[in-house]
Amino acid sequence: MKLKFFIIIGRNVWSMLFFLGGMANLSLQTFLQIFTLPFRKDRVIEQIKKAGYDSLPIVSLVALFIGFIFALQTAYFMQRIGSEMYIASMVALSLVRELGPVITALVVAGRVGASITAELGSMQVTEQIDALEAFATNPIKYLVVPRFLALMIVLPLLTLYADFVGILGSYLICVYKLGITSSMYLQVTFDALLYKDLFTGVFKTIFFGMIIALVSCFEGFNVEGGAEGVGQATTRSVVITFIMIIIADCFFTALFYFIFP
Amino acid sequence: MMSEEKMIEISGLSRSFGEHRVINSLNLNIQKGSTCVIIGRSGCGKSVLLKHIIGILKPQAGKVIVGGKDVGLLKEKEMNSLRMKIGYVFQGGALFDSLTVGENVGFGLIEHTNITKNDLLERIEESLCLVGLCGIVNLMPSELSGGMKKRVSLARALCIKPEIILYDEPTTGVDPITADSINELIRDLHDKLKVTSIVVTHDMKSAYRVADRIAMMYEGRIIAEGTSQEIQNLEHPVVHQFINGLAKGPITETIEHSFKPTYITRRQ
Repeated sequence: MKLKFFIIIGRNVWSMLFFLGGMANLSLQTFLQIFTLPFRKDRVIEQIKKAGYDSLPIVSLVALFIGFIFALQTAYFMQRIGSEMYIASMVALSLVRELGPVITALVVAGRVGASITAELGSMQVTEQIDALEAFATNPIKYLVVPRFLALMIVLPLLTLYADFVGILGSYLICVYKLGITSSMYLQVTFDALLYKDLFTGVFKTIFFGMIIALVSCFEGFNVEGGAEGVGQATTRSVVITFIMIIIADCFFTALFYFIFP
Repeated sequence: MMSEEKMIEISGLSRSFGEHRVINSLNLNIQKGSTCVIIGRSGCGKSVLLKHIIGILKPQAGKVIVGGKDVGLLKEKEMNSLRMKIGYVFQGGALFDSLTVGENVGFGLIEHTNITKNDLLERIEESLCLVGLCGIVNLMPSELSGGMKKRVSLARALCIKPEIILYDEPTTGVDPITADSINELIRDLHDKLKVTSIVVTHDMKSAYRVADRIAMMYEGRIIAEGTSQEIQNLEHPVVHQFINGLAKGPITETIEHSFKPTYITRRQ
């Protein structure tokens, strides 16, 4: 019984080390390959479309509803203490600094990260990745670099968009349901928001994008055992990305809290 | 007569996946311009051997020398230029399913040469016609049958005009008529273009048709090598059982001890 416990611990530690080592290796090779010529713009643009443009509907929907919910939830408390006019600043700050970046990253991790793992995983089990190598093409350059760059570019933009839509959602609730005037709402929002809020919110999403791309590519490359393996890898990829995004967010929030007090 | 120059030299090659030793100090030499057929049971490491020749897998021990270059020691750039001289026909086709048939066939040329569009289209069509599939350039791989995928994969290998072609079970899973035309194609490439070929198969009919030499792989080694005639006349019980397709014999007697199926992964 005791022995079994240690075996399980050992196995988990081993797979954790395997993951960390593999990720470090993949990150390094990806960085090297970004600067290895020739640079193929068309592939990056294709991935930007897949990861960014095609994510707009779901990001819009989620951000809009988060805006609705957040406005109503904040109103519940603010009305009790009679400060409805500060709903706007509360919503704007929370959305731009935390909720917008994290929710967008999680949505993209679920939508785009999962599809990357499934795609690369299927390529792995059908020997397509071996075929790339056989035709003298580096799989990291061909597959990982475009996805990595695309997510790094797209996630900050999507976040800005989600911030905007979220604030719009809250605006609709406040102006049409809670009776705050439009000009008042906008003024409180702009008064509350500083450039540093926007910056700290958007800056960290570059790293979230890297996390999503690297984890999902790594899991895709390491699929074993056919269709079932692809399924398992996809689940694992999404779970690991979620955990890493939350941890990274905590880190950045703490960092910015001390850098820009 | 065949030249005596060696194109591929494998010496002492070993490879394990986990605890399972797939290749066990294997030696094999292949002459330039000859066709060598490697036979052996499914899962005995034939595909793994091919992947070592093209450098997708690196040797854990031993050497693989292709065209005078040690594959295990090559830098990425040299490796890539060597790979452009080798065509690889994958077992399941391994076509890139996000690209059209045409883009698949022309993949090597598109990625690594500055060929003009007209020349490219010509080369693609020419390669496809060689395998009997003219005019399917714009289809997607998902629209093809298994046998067609395999032939497109063959066309893809031919399109780079390689000096060496590695075939991983080219006739498995295709109808007998197509199988025969593939055999004929392999022979033609050998006779006309002096391509060095390695054909991995367990289809004995195909092996006798195309082989200059046949090598039998068993328990990670080459246990017998010779011309078709020599192999047929060999009085080795394992070879005898395999080429005659007998259910009873030394291979199946030791099967419980030796056969542990292992999934081949990319971890190196």
